[in-house]
Amino acid sequence: MNEKFETHEHDVLIIGAGGAGLRAAIAALGQGARVAVVCKSLLGKAHTVMAEGGIAAAMANVDPADDWRTHFRDTMRGGKFLNNWRMAQIHAQEAPERVTELEQWGALFDRTRDGEILQRAFGGHTFKRLCHVGDRTGLEMIRTLQDRGVHLGIDVYMECAITRLLKDETRVVGALGYWRETGRFVVFKAKSVVIATGGIGKAWRITSNSWEYTGDGMALAYEAGAELMDMEFVQFHPTGMVWPPGVQGILVTEAVRGEGGVLRNKDGERFMERYDPEKMELSTRDVVARAIYTEAKEGRGTEHGGAYLDISHKPAEYVKRKLPSMYHQFRELADVDITQGPMEVGPTCHYMMGGIRVEAESAQTSVPGLFAAGEAAAGLHGSNRLGGNSLSDLLVFGRRAGQAASEHANQAGPLNIDAQQVEEGARAMLESFEKPTGESPYELHRDLQETMHSYVGIFRNEPDLKKGLEELQTLKERAARVRVEGSRLFNPGWHLAQDLKSMLIVSEAVAMSALERQESRGAHSRIDYPDYAETWGKQNNIIQREAQQMKLKQLPIAEMPEELKQIVEGDK
Amino acid sequence: MPNAKFKIFRGDRLKGELVDYEVPIAPGMVVLDALHYIQAHHAPDLAVRWNCKAGKCGSCSAEVNGRPRLTCKTRMDALPLEAPITVQPMRTFPVIKDLVTDVSWNYAVNRKIPPFTPGPNVKWKMDQRDVDRVQEFRKCIECFLCQDVCHVLRDHDKGEQFGGPRFFVRIAGLEMHPLDSLSRTHLLKDELGIGLCNITKCCTEVCPEDIHITDNAIIPLKERVVDHYYDPVMWFLRKLRGKRE
Repeated sequence: MNEKFETHEHDVLIIGAGGAGLRAAIAALGQGARVAVVCKSLLGKAHTVMAEGGIAAAMANVDPADDWRTHFRDTMRGGKFLNNWRMAQIHAQEAPERVTELEQWGALFDRTRDGEILQRAFGGHTFKRLCHVGDRTGLEMIRTLQDRGVHLGIDVYMECAITRLLKDETRVVGALGYWRETGRFVVFKAKSVVIATGGIGKAWRITSNSWEYTGDGMALAYEAGAELMDMEFVQFHPTGMVWPPGVQGILVTEAVRGEGGVLRNKDGERFMERYDPEKMELSTRDVVARAIYTEAKEGRGTEHGGAYLDISHKPAEYVKRKLPSMYHQFRELADVDITQGPMEVGPTCHYMMGGIRVEAESAQTSVPGLFAAGEAAAGLHGSNRLGGNSLSDLLVFGRRAGQAASEHANQAGPLNIDAQQVEEGARAMLESFEKPTGESPYELHRDLQETMHSYVGIFRNEPDLKKGLEELQTLKERAARVRVEGSRLFNPGWHLAQDLKSMLIVSEAVAMSALERQESRGAHSRIDYPDYAETWGKQNNIIQREAQQMKLKQLPIAEMPEELKQIVEGDK
Repeated sequence: MPNAKFKIFRGDRLKGELVDYEVPIAPGMVVLDALHYIQAHHAPDLAVRWNCKAGKCGSCSAEVNGRPRLTCKTRMDALPLEAPITVQPMRTFPVIKDLVTDVSWNYAVNRKIPPFTPGPNVKWKMDQRDVDRVQEFRKCIECFLCQDVCHVLRDHDKGEQFGGPRFFVRIAGLEMHPLDSLSRTHLLKDELGIGLCNITKCCTEVCPEDIHITDNAIIPLKERVVDHYYDPVMWFLRKLRGKRE
């Protein structure tokens, strides 16, 4: 069948080649599965490469008192108890082993004086817990996983984008995509599919995310019938660059604060004293982001509407050794020497706590054959993620997803690819070429980013969110009229037209969930509902497609077992 | 501020030409910003690779005014604006379209390199000073600018016999890893042709990560090859210790 289309067959198809996708691939290979990894960029360029500060794992190399219980407690407190507690437990328990494993595959972390892996302080973590390599931990991680995976024999389909999951009755059995280079379609037949596509930051104007972060995996899963959870929780990282305009949003690692950097407003006041006098700059990200935003809004911001972040009181050599890429980034892009003076920083859309709902143990979604891990999956971080917990998330749940996907593949039996779904999917991708006139995908993208920034940003209220949802309806109508110029050969305008479909789906899910949750918790701040609401602390928002409509419901959070309750309620 | 003039390669493997564009200049603007402006306003199908836009992923390599650069780190205010800025794809690799080239050869070379191989009963302790040396090599973001500028690949097209600076850096990172037990000198000499490098340091000059490719990676590796194949004392010691190949 489908002789028209180039077709590849594998046991496990992994969409996304960041930390979660590559770790899943290694795990599935380890169980003897035939594994394919598909990625939109070249191998090794995924967003994981941008992670700077470190991997959180209770190794207790620097602070001997640390253990998984404290890490679990910090994660739950950081997420304001909306987390899937079982995920938080597994994550805290397994993270140290996953870091050790990376080292055994050749990763080289910074060392303690005794020659162990060095760990640094980070916001919301009780102890020094982040295993790191200067401020380029993500690069070290992705290179290690990439080399390991390639050596073990994964098949990598680079610069290939998936636009539709294919189903056989109720289960997922493959995917349809296109080669970015040639524009030709490609069909993957697979017994299990793992979504590891990362986040959705490109739907906002100011973001630390790369062009790939368009929510593809969440949209694919949603369209295949899976549930999306906690979509209202979008993390704004407190410190992105604010000047010059071209670099707005580029990440300034939390490690600057972890290494002792202080925040000041234009009057020189160390304003975190007013927002979190105890933890100051190392408060959780939601708190620091709102603090900087508020200072600027109330007229105490810097020239370009941010705050000053200063590490220049530390010896210049120390700063260059511990924060080398920050030093270069500011020197080369902003003409600022961070060893001599402060940086200007402001909030930037950074991370999606919400995503595809999965089983804690297996990363299984509600659709048979479909798994999800990493940023694309929801649950671990609750309403706010602690820095450093994302890299450990990728390793712990990437591995579990890979294992579960390969086990599922062993029992899947024969699959059938439905030619009609393939034809439909292919036709949908070509529509935008056929229009004589229409919308520019670039303009539409800009308007979407402006909408999300204005109405579904750091601070939210009912009128804004309703207005945002209205605007999204208009944008969806405009999206149907997008027109693409040129050929199918490496055509970024056409690629963006595909990505826009995903961004519009996830944006609507975010706005809907944000409107529904009438309280403030973690990264979700409602001006009209500034406090916690007890009922909302006990339920997750769930988005699912029913009869072509986006539907929202609430699911109660399962009761935490007694032994975990004791840990959470324990001493600070 | 005035507009900047650009001449950008548009075309594919078979044919192409430099096409003129104009872009309004903004403060702190980099060449990649200008390329994005052109995509959004003049040429929606202009093919460009990029990801992080912060010098961390090594995707946006091209030749700006003839020099291999990351376009995300090339400031417009550092370029002469009287004449048009030319942006062309990396010359060493086959063009796919516009500024996008086929770099798959690099991934094929990489597969030839045996991975990190710790010895038996290793104690996982390392001194920061030993780690420092290797961490320099592991800063590499695989932008392939060093491969692009290397005359062995660029002018002499010796890709069949030569691995290029990027992979000497990778091998240096493995060979000098404090806990690695494998020797890759055979590969360096026979398959990756390290002898073809005559240390002109062009690679070091274009490295956006400031890795001392020639001094810290290639020269020490060349010495290892010489020691291995041509030094009788080292040959004898190796027989005694039996380092694995």
